[in-house]
Amino acid sequence: MRIALFVTCLNDTMFPGTGQAVVRLLRRLGHEVEFPSAQTCCGQMHFNTGYRKQVLPLVRNFAETFAPYEAVVTPSASCAAMIRDWHPRLDDAARDTAAKVHELTEFLVDVLGVTDVGAYYPHRVTYHPTCHSLRMLGLGDRPLRLLREVRGLELVELPDAAECCGFGGTFALKNPAVSAAMGADKAARVRRTGADALCAADNSCLMHIGGVLTRTAGPAVRTVHLAEILASTEEDPS
Amino acid sequence: MTMPTYLGMPAFPRAARAAVADERLRDNLARATGTIRDRRRAAVAELDDWAALREAGRRIKDHTLRYLDHYLRLLEEKVTAAGGTVHWARDAAEANRIVADLIRATGRTEVVKVKSMATQEIGLNEALEKEGITAYETDLAELIVQLGDDRPSHILVPAIHRNRSEIRDIFRRRMPDAPPDLSDEPAELAEAARRHLRAKFLSAQVAVSGVNFAVAETGTLVVLESEGNGRMCLTLPKTLISVMGIEKVVPTWRDLEVFLQLLPRSSTAERMNPYTSAWTGVTPGDGPQEFHLVLLDNGRTSVLADEVGRQALRCIRCSACLNVCPVYARAGGHAYGSPYPGPIGAILSPQIRGIGSPVDASLPYASSLCGACLEACPVAIDIPEVLVHLRAKVVEEGPRHPLAGTAMAAAGWTLRSPRRLALAQRLASASRRLIGRRGRIRRLPGPLRAWTDSRDAPAPPPESFRAWWKRTDGGRA
Ligand code: SF4
Repeated sequence: MRIALFVTCLNDTMFPGTGQAVVRLLRRLGHEVEFPSAQTCCGQMHFNTGYRKQVLPLVRNFAETFAPYEAVVTPSASCAAMIRDWHPRLDDAARDTAAKVHELTEFLVDVLGVTDVGAYYPHRVTYHPTCHSLRMLGLGDRPLRLLREVRGLELVELPDAAECCGFGGTFALKNPAVSAAMGADKAARVRRTGADALCAADNSCLMHIGGVLTRTAGPAVRTVHLAEILASTEEDPS
Repeated sequence: MTMPTYLGMPAFPRAARAAVADERLRDNLARATGTIRDRRRAAVAELDDWAALREAGRRIKDHTLRYLDHYLRLLEEKVTAAGGTVHWARDAAEANRIVADLIRATGRTEVVKVKSMATQEIGLNEALEKEGITAYETDLAELIVQLGDDRPSHILVPAIHRNRSEIRDIFRRRMPDAPPDLSDEPAELAEAARRHLRAKFLSAQVAVSGVNFAVAETGTLVVLESEGNGRMCLTLPKTLISVMGIEKVVPTWRDLEVFLQLLPRSSTAERMNPYTSAWTGVTPGDGPQEFHLVLLDNGRTSVLADEVGRQALRCIRCSACLNVCPVYARAGGHAYGSPYPGPIGAILSPQIRGIGSPVDASLPYASSLCGACLEACPVAIDIPEVLVHLRAKVVEEGPRHPLAGTAMAAAGWTLRSPRRLALAQRLASASRRLIGRRGRIRRLPGPLRAWTDSRDAPAPPPESFRAWWKRTDGGRA
């Protein structure tokens, strides 16, 4: 199976560790991934903000770049949702490629059929199901099933987990007061779990919650993408 | 099209900022929406065919909207045959004119009102006031809003932004017959309101109501409510004038049955609402002897012409989307600058009023697109989809934001080419020591300040993923 990694523009630019974790994890499971360097962005930010003219070239570029592969894996639930839900509606020619896109936990659980990926992560961890992972993509309990198999990891439940963290893409800039209030409430609930790490399937939301966590007073909680936990082993910890 | 009360409202972000800073308001809202949210979930979970009901509701509404002209004519025919009179109103001004003239013809200057979204939408009370007619709201929460010279902030619980001690103060100040030692016990407050309203009911000769559903096949109007005050309004006065948006019609009683299950569970989390009133024209010797139905367009036909936006007309005003909305819970209803607050307001007001004003152009952006509204909506309105659709309209036709437009165009240009993206990444990485401290940025310039005003930003990494991949051959080197 020829597998391509769609790392996403945000991870590419700001969170390379997440992409590296996906490569490491899949390699450990016996799968080499390729990184087609023509990839850029799925167009979600422009689409969701109303800049439709900017979106189509990005959709086309995505479809062309990833057409030769049998599977495309991405460590972002919201980008996966954008591609699968919207690319075919924006450009019919993007249909086939879009259908091959899997968010990381979908790829692990549904395509590779694994939940125990041999990870080791000795921390108290809570999981925030991001809105797009939960309500658009319908990841369900896949992330939790993967986390439960991680050795050394103590999973603690996040109260009101399904409530939005307030990131919302450009919403964070267009409505900063409401966005920050939502972020503060989410961060407070994260702190109350006593977890030392918060994980999710989207670095965008983690960037927002993490930004609130380091800005506000309280015990330190690190934010870490799910992929980095799953890639972590005793010999090679994240 | 107009909703007159709210002209001159500031854009959503500004109004929301003030609301977020008001701790008492946030507290009132969090408490109220939190409770109803949990109860709704339980009420819905009781039915194992909820998904099928919801799908049926969606389809019935879509079908009716598709053949709206037919069902409205059928409704008119049946209402007329049953002794009622049907009036067609193109916009708010026309509807207000019709209602005022009808009231004038009775020789009365006072009317009682059943809570109604449509009459708030057209600003009926204010229009009547200009004609020397006083309208008394009889729904408890609506009464609180009216006495407090306030605006409603929730579809179902218009005074949700008030707590009980605020309500007591309003009653003491503005209700002439309120006992001077009135406490803030809910039972006492309700009793004071009941006494106050009873006098109005007994003397009122004219009532104005809204309509939840109109059954075309028999010309029957239906109102659902909790307090019984609506029932009094609908039965005691001699003349009844009902104002309904044209999308409220359903074809048959069998269709109505679906909504009688969907609405109470979604709105008050009840299996059935306490009072359901249904009437067909006039019945000699029983109830109002004169009945008028005002069919209100006010922008709805133009909403209907929009393939994506038209689903907003499926709305049955249950308010479930408000109660689950994290933005509404913090911004409150007033920030939406319309009688329709929350997610449904964010897609309905800019469609009915257009996107010309600051508040209407900002409403499609008053959402993090979290999708909780779609999940809760009993007629499956894809509110996030409509929001994004309206955002595209704002970008194309709305008031210009030169800075935002330029930034988005520049980002688009960069992202169209992997080489330009790589260059931007190298620049970002080069700046990391300048702006970041221990991997965190506490202050960003320009529009990005909106981010760092309340949260840190991560400093760019020493190298991008693509640079790492190239340098290490994907970690193999
Ligand atoms: S949009 Fe849906 S959830 Fe919101 S009030 Fe209307 S019917 Fe209820």
